[in-house]
Amino acid sequence: MNILDAEGVYKTFGADHLVLNNIHLSIPEGSVFGLLGPNGAGKTTFIRIINQITAPDEGQVYFRREPLSPGHIERIGYLPEERGLYKKMKVGEQALYLARLKGLSRHDALKRLKHWFVKLGIEEWWGKKVEELSKGMQQKIQFVITVLHEPSLLIFDEPFSGFDPINANMLKREILELKEKGSTIIFSTHNMSSVEELCDHIALINDSEVILKGSMEQIRKDFRSHSYELEFTGNYNKMEATLSSDYQIENSFQKEDKQYITVKLLHNLTTNQLIQQLLPLGNLTGFKEVIPSMNDIFIHAVENHTKAV
Amino acid sequence: MKTSIILQREYSTRVKKKSFVIMTILAPLLMAGFIIGYSYLIMAEETEERLIGIIDDSMIMHESLQNTDAIKFELIDSKGDENIKELYDQSNYHAILFIPENITISNTVKLFSESQPSQAITSHIKTSIENYLEDQRLIQEGISRELISSLKVRLNLDSIKWGSDGSVSVNTTSTAMIVGYLGGFLIYFFIFLYGVQVMRGIIEEKTNRIVEVIISSVKPFQLMMGKIFGIALVGLTQFIAWVVLIAGFSFIGLTYFSPSHDAADLTPAPVTQDIMASNPAGEAIEAAGLNMANPDMIQMIMNELANINFVTVLLLFLFFFIGGYLLYASLFASIGAAVDSETDTQQFMMPVTLPLVLGIMVMINAIQNPDGNIAFWFSMIPFTSPIVMMVRIPFGVPVWELSLSMALLILTFIVTTWLASKIYRTGILMYGKKVSYKELWKWIKYSR
Repeated sequence: MNILDAEGVYKTFGADHLVLNNIHLSIPEGSVFGLLGPNGAGKTTFIRIINQITAPDEGQVYFRREPLSPGHIERIGYLPEERGLYKKMKVGEQALYLARLKGLSRHDALKRLKHWFVKLGIEEWWGKKVEELSKGMQQKIQFVITVLHEPSLLIFDEPFSGFDPINANMLKREILELKEKGSTIIFSTHNMSSVEELCDHIALINDSEVILKGSMEQIRKDFRSHSYELEFTGNYNKMEATLSSDYQIENSFQKEDKQYITVKLLHNLTTNQLIQQLLPLGNLTGFKEVIPSMNDIFIHAVENHTKAV
Repeated sequence: MKTSIILQREYSTRVKKKSFVIMTILAPLLMAGFIIGYSYLIMAEETEERLIGIIDDSMIMHESLQNTDAIKFELIDSKGDENIKELYDQSNYHAILFIPENITISNTVKLFSESQPSQAITSHIKTSIENYLEDQRLIQEGISRELISSLKVRLNLDSIKWGSDGSVSVNTTSTAMIVGYLGGFLIYFFIFLYGVQVMRGIIEEKTNRIVEVIISSVKPFQLMMGKIFGIALVGLTQFIAWVVLIAGFSFIGLTYFSPSHDAADLTPAPVTQDIMASNPAGEAIEAAGLNMANPDMIQMIMNELANINFVTVLLLFLFFFIGGYLLYASLFASIGAAVDSETDTQQFMMPVTLPLVLGIMVMINAIQNPDGNIAFWFSMIPFTSPIVMMVRIPFGVPVWELSLSMALLILTFIVTTWLASKIYRTGILMYGKKVSYKELWKWIKYSR
């Protein structure tokens, strides 16, 4: 089941500026969904539509098959990219205020806040003014505020910007824990390594259109290059001659007594056939598939799309 | 519901601020201090004794100058005005008055001193000599001063108003002026002070980048209204605190520090009248100072005040205060949403502050002619009506005019709030963009 379905969403600013062009997206319940795309692609606008900050010109977004309505706001937690806090207000007071705006009662909000503050070891910040905290500390508070009302859908827009590695790790842990508990998480980011670590589904938006979407597994399969990295000791020249035109050597270099070679399989040959060819020629010490990184996929997809347009 | 949570925060963070507490307590203290100090000063000045030397070439004119409690005269045994400077330097005279021989023809005397003699002194000398010269001429013509006095007419004009219920009240202009002026000015002051606070609050939320967090929980309109109403309550709190505190402090102050009553017998009248003629604002202060000093006058003003229907005036004040504030606060809110920082507000502030300042200018005119055309029209136009109508109310305004003005005000603030909400919800999410009027118009036209 999908927690969110966007169907044919259009959004324009003014008469001439198309921001979202016929967006169809489905976000499976319980997934960590990566919403990727270059700056200005329309990600934030799409997220704002989900949060009902703005409405689509055409099309409809469904939350668990119901058209999005104000009642859903309390089931969504949103950490915007442009996020901040009242500088002069005390941390505890502020967290309480924002939690109550999300529909929690004062009593519940207080109880949950205490729990989170203890969990993250930040109890002593309760009475401090926000301006006394570092940026990273403020981010922690913002994270707590976002998840406090235990929403079933969480949206993080560039959550790692401004975090040091230690806090970023903590954030990843917390996100995975929330997923374990059954929350669905939408993740908008440029940080591709975190996408690889966390996401199981992605959609790539470029120039107001969805150009790529699906599960990570499927996308990786689609973007397979059929290239393999070999670690080889033996007669390289002979090997190079042996590999017929069914193979393409993409890269090759020697380091100490080992030869490192990247080979691409052509004509649907299997890896076993390649290994058979190699075994008589020397000693094969390493063999692994070259998996396209999300970074490569991202750049590849965006460049192709831009060329097509 | 959520609007009330926002309202609470806007209210409590502001009311708890040190600057608010200080301002709320200090301003009435200063004001009360000013009232007490002013009335004290008037008295003190007149009780300080000044010695004026007279060189009288006419031989007789000095007899016309009578000593008062504060001004003493002393005839100097000297002639001509050549060596006055030396005489002055050698003596302790506050000033030296030179009366020339041909005074009856030239009608001129000269007063020499190093510091500017007070108006009390100059007007005392002036009226004394004038009276003396006039008497001389009257005698020459064979008319006695008693005759003149008996011929003089002093007309009392009591303007009596019929209320719609047939009641009769005596309205006294000067008190109505004071009440009207105070009301109008307070409205101007509060609209400005708290309208700008709305704007600042919104800019703060924009620069803090907290606004998107909040509007993912509440509608931008709720956030804007919560802020506007929260700050309105702050304004009302301050206003009520001021009224209570000023009354309290003044009462305590005047009970314990009031100058003795005999000082009030001295006539500061000439001074006051001069100011009164030229400046109604001066009069308000003057009257305030005087009424504190003189128990009879307090009684009189109390009587006059009793003739103004205070409950009505107060209720109307609250209405125009809130109506005017809402109208302008929504405009200030859209400015706040349109800009990134306070330094960018300049270009948009102008058209908002202009009608306010115009209102104050018209108010000064309207206070003298509360039923005139200008007063009428500007008390109908919603952008100036809260200030101008407030001035007219103590003088009595026909019910239809009041209702029309109030209806127009309500209608206009609904429209401005609606426009502001459109600008607001687009503006708060725009960063780093210099906004023009054309752009604002585009925002208003966005469907959502």
